[in-house]
Amino acid sequence: MNLPYTVIFEKRTADYPKWLPAVTSLVSVLVAFIISGIVLKIIGGDPLRVLKFFFTATFGSWPVFSDTMVKATPLIMVGLACAVAFKMKLWNIGAEGQFYMGAFFSSLVVLVPMVNLETTPKFIVITLMIIMGMIGGAIWGFIPGYLKAKYQVNEIIITLMLNYVALYWNNFWIFDKWSDAGFQMTPQFEKIAWLPRLSDLAKEYRQFSGITLHLGVVFGIIAAIIIWWILERSHWGYEIKLIGDNPQAARYAGLNITRNLVLVMMLSGALAGLAGMSEISGVVHRLQEKISPGYGFTGIIVAWLAKLSPFAVIIVSILFGALIVAGREIQPSGLSNLLQGIILFMVISSDVLLRYKIRLVRLEQEA
Amino acid sequence: MNIEIILHAGLATGTILLFAAIGEVFAERSGILNLGVEGMMLLGAMAGFSTSLATNNAWVGLIVAMLAGGILSLAHGLVTIHFQADQVVSGLSLTFLGTGLALVLGEGLTGQHPPTIPIVDIPLLSQIPFLGPVFFSEHSLLVYVGYLFAPLAWYYVYKTRPGMHLRAVGEKPSAADTLGISVYGVRYFYTFVGGMLAGLAGATISLSVSPGWYSTQTTSGQGWIAVGLVIFAQWNPMRAAFGGYLFGMLRRFILDLQGPAMLFGFANPLYVNSNYGFFLQMMPFVLTIIALVWGSRAATKKRLGAPAALGVPYIRGERGL
Repeated sequence: MNLPYTVIFEKRTADYPKWLPAVTSLVSVLVAFIISGIVLKIIGGDPLRVLKFFFTATFGSWPVFSDTMVKATPLIMVGLACAVAFKMKLWNIGAEGQFYMGAFFSSLVVLVPMVNLETTPKFIVITLMIIMGMIGGAIWGFIPGYLKAKYQVNEIIITLMLNYVALYWNNFWIFDKWSDAGFQMTPQFEKIAWLPRLSDLAKEYRQFSGITLHLGVVFGIIAAIIIWWILERSHWGYEIKLIGDNPQAARYAGLNITRNLVLVMMLSGALAGLAGMSEISGVVHRLQEKISPGYGFTGIIVAWLAKLSPFAVIIVSILFGALIVAGREIQPSGLSNLLQGIILFMVISSDVLLRYKIRLVRLEQEA
Repeated sequence: MNIEIILHAGLATGTILLFAAIGEVFAERSGILNLGVEGMMLLGAMAGFSTSLATNNAWVGLIVAMLAGGILSLAHGLVTIHFQADQVVSGLSLTFLGTGLALVLGEGLTGQHPPTIPIVDIPLLSQIPFLGPVFFSEHSLLVYVGYLFAPLAWYYVYKTRPGMHLRAVGEKPSAADTLGISVYGVRYFYTFVGGMLAGLAGATISLSVSPGWYSTQTTSGQGWIAVGLVIFAQWNPMRAAFGGYLFGMLRRFILDLQGPAMLFGFANPLYVNSNYGFFLQMMPFVLTIIALVWGSRAATKKRLGAPAALGVPYIRGERGL
């Protein structure tokens, strides 16, 4: 076979244009959608109908868009958790477990109870739940961080194993001590432990009735601003990025790598824990099984698709929130899982475009 | 609680980890970290199960399972070897991809009963007291395959020429390249081998150890445990096999703890309140963590480590490993 052209990978010598990462990410998502459509067609589905359903079920009206945002809320925080850790090349894939520990610890405020729920003002209850949730997640991030710093144990496996441990830990308490009459959940929390929702304002503003968007989304946005500030404007963020990019140089510069390692894992865990708190207090209002349809894992994809940029995490989270909302109703059920996998694959493959220029070259010219 | 049963069951479930972990040893020895074992196993379990159902032949199922795992792993190979993408993220996406594919294609398989891999006794050997019933009787054929496979894999890695090439590519690809070994070729090949073995491990579950298709519950995290075992085994196939068996036995022992009402002369708390069983279910994962910490300390002491080029893409003509 003699083609007149050949493909040449040329290493980029200059920086790529600023808009390129956004374009490659966008194209990757589009390509992933097309591939999934082809898979769907092969197994006998109707891709166009599913696509249309996808948009009406997620962005079609205010109530469904609010659903999408509710699902995007934990993803923002979990996505930030992953982004922070990944910046330092710390592979925290335990956000799922940290999420559950955050949910568990913040529930303690209500279940133990840690304060008198009748007399304490709502503001204090919620604040306490936030702090507890972040502590829970941070503890679950501290363990792998400490083990890596002290014994050089691979954090990927440890964080993953801790996911399962957190899940069973949670199960014990909801099946045993705090089970609601033998069901696999605790009794519903008192209203004072609920995050305010837009639908609470339905009496004054009719258009808000049925809109379940809650205050958690504000936590997510504030967290994104803080993380952006830490990474882009603070000395600590500079250290994190330096250690991530060039640990050797960081060591020579006298940075305390082990301390940063533990701290970043704890920050990452705390963010995931905050997501757990927001989900408990804003959506389910009780501790139960399956609070998360894999937010911790989706957060990894979100962070990567957002190229670890805190504000991009918010936008990408909305897309994935939509995927989760639509995925609940699209058959077969694994389809949104598959789509997520393909998206991530496309994104990391497209990274090659940031490192190389790909050119078609006429063979005659070469010769 | 019977020691013979625990050992016997441990060998059966350990075989799953044995295949998956040795497959990952091959991939990592060539310098490719493939975290997608869980996804490849699940796809293998589904492919083997449904093929066996369609063809009425478990062996065809086994082969298709291996091919499915292998082909999926090539996606990881392409992205990490040619595109030099980050191996951790690529491996994770492989898990998503494999899980998603298995769930989509495995829709409606639950509750079916395809033919499974036959269970046989080894003549003569099964007559040996104690050892016979534990090692050589009432096992799936795959368990016996595992007995032979682990030492063969060890011999291959340490004592043969292709095995030496494999290790060279994982330790110092540039040196291997100067010797005329195709670094990319070797890496693709062993990524594929790792994928095939992960697929085999998956099919070992769905066609032999606990036959059936229970969506993600089929593998329930064993792929991740296998990845952990590789580090614990310090990239040695024999140690990976022993680790797998040990893990299988501990798992069974932990399950059996729930059985008796009295334990060492005390009332068994697990019997009184079955909810304590959740702590037992944690144990395989806690044990993996302990094994890893212990393994990492031992490795640091003996200055044994991961293959030097593990996770590092090779680009010909550039400075690096």
